[in-house]
Amino acid sequence: MSSFRSLARAMFLGFRRDRGALFFTIALPLLFLVIIGGIFARQSTPRSKVLEIGSVPIVDRMPADMRAGIDRSLKFTRSSDRNAALEKVRKGDYAAAIEQSGDRLVVHFSAADQVKSGTVQGQFEGLVQAANQAASGRPPKYRLEAQQVEDRSLKPIQYITPGLLGWALASAGMFGASTTLVTWRTKGLLRRLRLSPVPIRSVFAARVTVSLGVALVQTALFLGVATMPFFGLKLAHYWWMAIPMVLCGVLAFLALGMLIGSWAKTQEAAQGVTQIVVLPMAFLGGSFFNIDDAPRWLRIISEIFPLRHLNSGMLKVLVRGEGPASVLPQMGVLLGFALVATLIAVRVFRWEQI
Amino acid sequence: MPNTIVARDLRKRYGDVRAVDGVTLSVEEGEFFGILGPNGAGKTTTLEIIEGLRQADSGEVTVFGRSPWPRDPALLPRIGVQLQASSFFERLTAREQLRTFGSLYGVPDRKADAMLETVGLTEKADTPVEKLSGGQAQRLSIACALVHEPELVFLDEPTAALDPQARRNLWDVLRAINTEGRTIVLTTHYMDEAETLCDRVAIIDRGRILRSGAPATLVRGLDAATRISVAGGVLSEDEARALPGVDDITDDGVSLVIVTRDPSSVVAALAGRGALDGVQIKGATLEDVFLELTGREYRA
Repeated sequence: MSSFRSLARAMFLGFRRDRGALFFTIALPLLFLVIIGGIFARQSTPRSKVLEIGSVPIVDRMPADMRAGIDRSLKFTRSSDRNAALEKVRKGDYAAAIEQSGDRLVVHFSAADQVKSGTVQGQFEGLVQAANQAASGRPPKYRLEAQQVEDRSLKPIQYITPGLLGWALASAGMFGASTTLVTWRTKGLLRRLRLSPVPIRSVFAARVTVSLGVALVQTALFLGVATMPFFGLKLAHYWWMAIPMVLCGVLAFLALGMLIGSWAKTQEAAQGVTQIVVLPMAFLGGSFFNIDDAPRWLRIISEIFPLRHLNSGMLKVLVRGEGPASVLPQMGVLLGFALVATLIAVRVFRWEQI
Repeated sequence: MPNTIVARDLRKRYGDVRAVDGVTLSVEEGEFFGILGPNGAGKTTTLEIIEGLRQADSGEVTVFGRSPWPRDPALLPRIGVQLQASSFFERLTAREQLRTFGSLYGVPDRKADAMLETVGLTEKADTPVEKLSGGQAQRLSIACALVHEPELVFLDEPTAALDPQARRNLWDVLRAINTEGRTIVLTTHYMDEAETLCDRVAIIDRGRILRSGAPATLVRGLDAATRISVAGGVLSEDEARALPGVDDITDDGVSLVIVTRDPSSVVAALAGRGALDGVQIKGATLEDVFLELTGREYRA
């Protein structure tokens, strides 16, 4: 037992003193979170910019309450030069240019941004109808009443946090396991340990324990940053289920890393193959974007990656507020993955360089 | 004395290469045993089979009467193995390294620290292994092999790539260990090292043992000529040639070298002429034995 503890200690110190590993497993993913989270945190749809050519009485003499409504989505700028105004619309700098001649309101728009031009046209159509209705002098027959429902759609920070965390855990686990194993073999540490009376499974158990500990630290840092008011992640009720979820995921990544490390002869081969697995897995696993929006065939392929299951499980408990039992299938898949990869790793494992 | 290691007709091949081709040897308790050979002779493979790192294709080996293959956890605490100087945990200091290896054998930290003293690394205790010099790393790796006080120690080319001071320093450490009664098996291709340290050596080449025995016995068995060199100008070449028992003469101006198989007659004659000032007498060394047996042609 004491040899297990001192092995774990030795490996932990080795990790903590490795600036490169610290950067890639902790600093870089956090940096991603800060950058991507920061981009999305304050994001709201910007107002469409509209040019007024000359004087447009229908806009200028709008009732105040209506004006306030319009100003939420449109921003007016005056322009006296008609050609220049149209050119700006053509270039896409402005969503539309409007001019009024008598009772005719003309909206010049470009189809560059269909959503924006649609919004602008709709706004002016409403404006014109309201003006017509007011001109008739009769009270309106139909009234529109808007009621907001509770917003249940995922905010970017909500899927970015579990996604980036999953990516961080996957790279830390896989690179850690694969390169450690190759380093131990090439430097002769593996055979040196084999010549000690400590069972080799204790050596591996110590390494796995260290990795699990590091993963929990990564998780705590990630959630700590993402829940800061600026980023605004709100943790769901059963967020603590993320802990067993992370442990299952890391076991799967470690097993995969050990499989690569058992097979690879050189450090370069181990790093290359690990990268080839980690990067597509991060994209298809839904770490950088919401995979639910992807085509069906891509979603099916993504199921082969453990990160996909970790991410979807983490989404459930961290953000969607689903109960602990809801992630049991994901945990089962991850543990199964870990088991199978370990069994294969044991078969291809080599003690010696040659 | 009981035999610590007995190996009989060990064979191991890698593809077409017969790395070990019928090695038979035995090492007695407390002996300092050297395995000598050129690069690629099969020294390391032989050692690895005895340590239990590799399985021989055929033949038998016992260490303390037990088979080292398959891995025998009861045997492992009794042996200490020094591998390359780089077989360390990454980024640990010398002290942490030694304590970690000690803990694998249940050795308390205090004892591990004492071992640091033994190999003269106390001052480097807090230095990360990556920052140790070649000699320091080598001494640390030997300390890691000795930390659990094994009865049998294997050292694979422990002084390779060390400067002369570091080598002498390490020799002292090794002699001290051997004096404590531990059996040491070492491979080397430094003949002077084997000659100074080893009680007995086996010269191995192409996977076979060519000769084994005490270094002095091997040298004497060689029947090699002795080279007596006197300062140049003391004796002319013709005078030298006239001395009794002289086989050959070379004179490079600085010194005149007399090759003889009857050194006592030559030295007596030189003494009679008062020509002994600055005389140097060189007998055959283990190196001569080695070259005689393994040939002089260069091998990459």
